[in-house]
Amino acid sequence: MLNWLIEPFTLGFMRTGLLAAALVGLTCAILGVYVVLRRMAFIGDALAHTVLPGVVIAYLNNWNLFVGAIIAGLVTALGISWMSRRDSVREDTAIGVLFTGMFALGILLISTVRSFRDFTHILFGNLLGVTQEDLLLIGGLSIAILLVLAMFHKELELTSYDTTYAQVIGVRADWLRTLLLVLLALTVVTSIQVVGVVLTSAMLVTPAAAASLLTRRLGRMMAISALIAVGSALVGLYISFYARVASGAAIVLACTLCFGIAWLIHTVQQRSTS
Amino acid sequence: MRLYYSQRRFVAPIPGASALELDQLKVAHPGRNTPAVHGVSLEVAPGELVALVGPNGAGKSTILKAIAGLLPIQAGSVYIFGLPIGACHHRVAYLPQRGEIDWRFPVSVRRMVLTGRYVHLGWLRQPTANDDLRVHEVLTQLGIADLAERQISELSGGQQQRVLLARALVQDADLLLLDEPTNAVDAATRDAIAETLNTLRRQGKAALVATHDLDHLMEYDRVVALQEGRVVATAPAALYVPDEWIA
Repeated sequence: MLNWLIEPFTLGFMRTGLLAAALVGLTCAILGVYVVLRRMAFIGDALAHTVLPGVVIAYLNNWNLFVGAIIAGLVTALGISWMSRRDSVREDTAIGVLFTGMFALGILLISTVRSFRDFTHILFGNLLGVTQEDLLLIGGLSIAILLVLAMFHKELELTSYDTTYAQVIGVRADWLRTLLLVLLALTVVTSIQVVGVVLTSAMLVTPAAAASLLTRRLGRMMAISALIAVGSALVGLYISFYARVASGAAIVLACTLCFGIAWLIHTVQQRSTS
Repeated sequence: MRLYYSQRRFVAPIPGASALELDQLKVAHPGRNTPAVHGVSLEVAPGELVALVGPNGAGKSTILKAIAGLLPIQAGSVYIFGLPIGACHHRVAYLPQRGEIDWRFPVSVRRMVLTGRYVHLGWLRQPTANDDLRVHEVLTQLGIADLAERQISELSGGQQQRVLLARALVQDADLLLLDEPTNAVDAATRDAIAETLNTLRRQGKAALVATHDLDHLMEYDRVVALQEGRVVATAPAALYVPDEWIA
């Protein structure tokens, strides 16, 4: 049994993959609590899709894929923030238009290249192809994102439930929202290598949504969410190794399973209290 | 070094100035042409409690929001302790109507009340033991110390209103702007709020309170009646007789 557990991680690429998935899971899970509580799940999904053209353009020009994704992600984050200040187009409509348009542009650019296969790892992630440099970049970004979240936690929390009071004491709720969108864009970028653009929003939303069913305390919610994400990364990698299936999809399904269990627990608890 | 929130500075008050002075204040809601408040002039001295009364849409909330810096001023002026809006904002505490808050958000009563200290902390600075102590004192004063660890989603209407008042009090402001603090609350909460206002007056603090509760105007020093954005009557509370249109 012990051997069975240890064997996959005797391989270097599996260890790197696990570390990358755990880091990304941690960041996504903690930021995801804000995404879920502020009802921004749709924006997270949109950001994941809109980085595609950035990645493809970077690939076609032999630039760093991360840089392409970061630029596209930041442009989208600031674009959504800018558009949402105007009332002429409803925000969810604007996001819907922008995200499908950008994703289509990405697919169109991919189709100009003869081999579609080169891009499957962008769409579905390629956890086992994470290099040492990728890992350093993912680690650096994760630490930076979590640090910024911790630094602005008290204002992010306040603007999540009482924007009026925040404005009275001089905290601009729209600036914090933009900050959150930028962090979201950076998180999405780190997550793409792990689960790909199609499944990235699952990492942001599913662990946090599961945790929000199990507790009503913010700190505990972040801890449970992180535990679910990191645990799912580990379980997903085992499944991927032994069943020879795609690692990103296995990790996301492990998260989904946790959500199912959390939902069951929540339902049973509600029945017993009512 | 402290990084205070935008445009909120700690300028010393002008000696002898009124707590609040409105002169021909005109305010419109964004996107509307007709102003909600036309030319309201009003003065509140330190240690004075003033009630704003009037039907819905008379401009009570609009005036409070303009003073709190939430709505742009079209014309006229607002002076708080002799200074323009924002110059000494830590001295002004604002209690919003209950509907402005997402009460389902997972945060405890203690932590929500603690946000009343944030204006003194600014960016990056975490609350200290002194801030926690002040929160505990105010919760005890309002009789809700036992609710400290409860989630705000689990509060009754009266409890929500006391929590909002607690947050306004921990700021240790000198001018309080209270928007309907007694709206739809139980008798015990209303008494606790009246008691608190009395204490504030003894401490020399000023309050401007929008209220619908015409049966309890005796607790105030002065009553200002509004209609359609204009002051229609000002009287000492003891002499104020509500007109039919207010009731």
